[in-house]
Amino acid sequence: MSGGRLQQDAPYLAELRRDLLRFASLQLRDDQLAEDVVQEALMAALAGEEDFSGRSAMKTWVFAILRNKIVDAIRQRSRSINVSSLSPEDDSLDQAFEALFEPNAHWQPESRPRAWGDPEEALHQEQFWAVFDACLKHLPDNTARVFMMREFLEFETNEVCVELNITSSNCHVILHRARNGLRRCLEQTWFGPGERAC
Amino acid sequence: MLTCKEITRLLSESQDRKLKMAEQMRLKMHLAVCEGCSRYKQQLNFIRRACRIVVGGGNGPGE
Repeated sequence: MSGGRLQQDAPYLAELRRDLLRFASLQLRDDQLAEDVVQEALMAALAGEEDFSGRSAMKTWVFAILRNKIVDAIRQRSRSINVSSLSPEDDSLDQAFEALFEPNAHWQPESRPRAWGDPEEALHQEQFWAVFDACLKHLPDNTARVFMMREFLEFETNEVCVELNITSSNCHVILHRARNGLRRCLEQTWFGPGERAC
Repeated sequence: MLTCKEITRLLSESQDRKLKMAEQMRLKMHLAVCEGCSRYKQQLNFIRRACRIVVGGGNGPGE
């Protein structure tokens, strides 16, 4: 393939740009900054485009470029952010978590995790992804930041701690809070009242 | 036996660090008899898979 797919295929480029932008704005929570890093990543990708056997490989490669740009942006910003401070939203997520359990720390019957049916099916539905994004956006900023560094940017947990200057136990607490918040949100808004475990 | 609340923390941490042998044993024993926590585990796995798809890796649907 000469000239590169990105430069020749405008609809593909537009679609890719949309995916990148979605990812960057979820991660950075700042639309203007997201536009900037996506622009930079695409410029770098267009300049260095190599031969790819398929769209999947190319997408992975462009995302890798974007990942580095986002990491740089986070590094610059993390100096001015105190991630370990607990917001009222974090506090309410923790209270919701506590409310899932009986005083003996076992599941309340009505809050036991439900069967999600065939969740794979959801991955093929556009609407599911809108719900997934909304649930991510619903997480408190700092909690989301830690979660996305771990799950989207695929930092090791100890790297997250170092970058954001938090202890590893705090990091585990925040990740647990994020996962449970996301899980509850998906269960309530997408998977609905399914069959409950007995 | 660990409580369900403790198990949810352990399940989350198992995605971030290698659990100690004793922790793995306790987790296994609990999951064998607790459907709620087994589902919690499946749900966390699903969330991780969804995140991998967002970043363009991990055998997304239609790839």
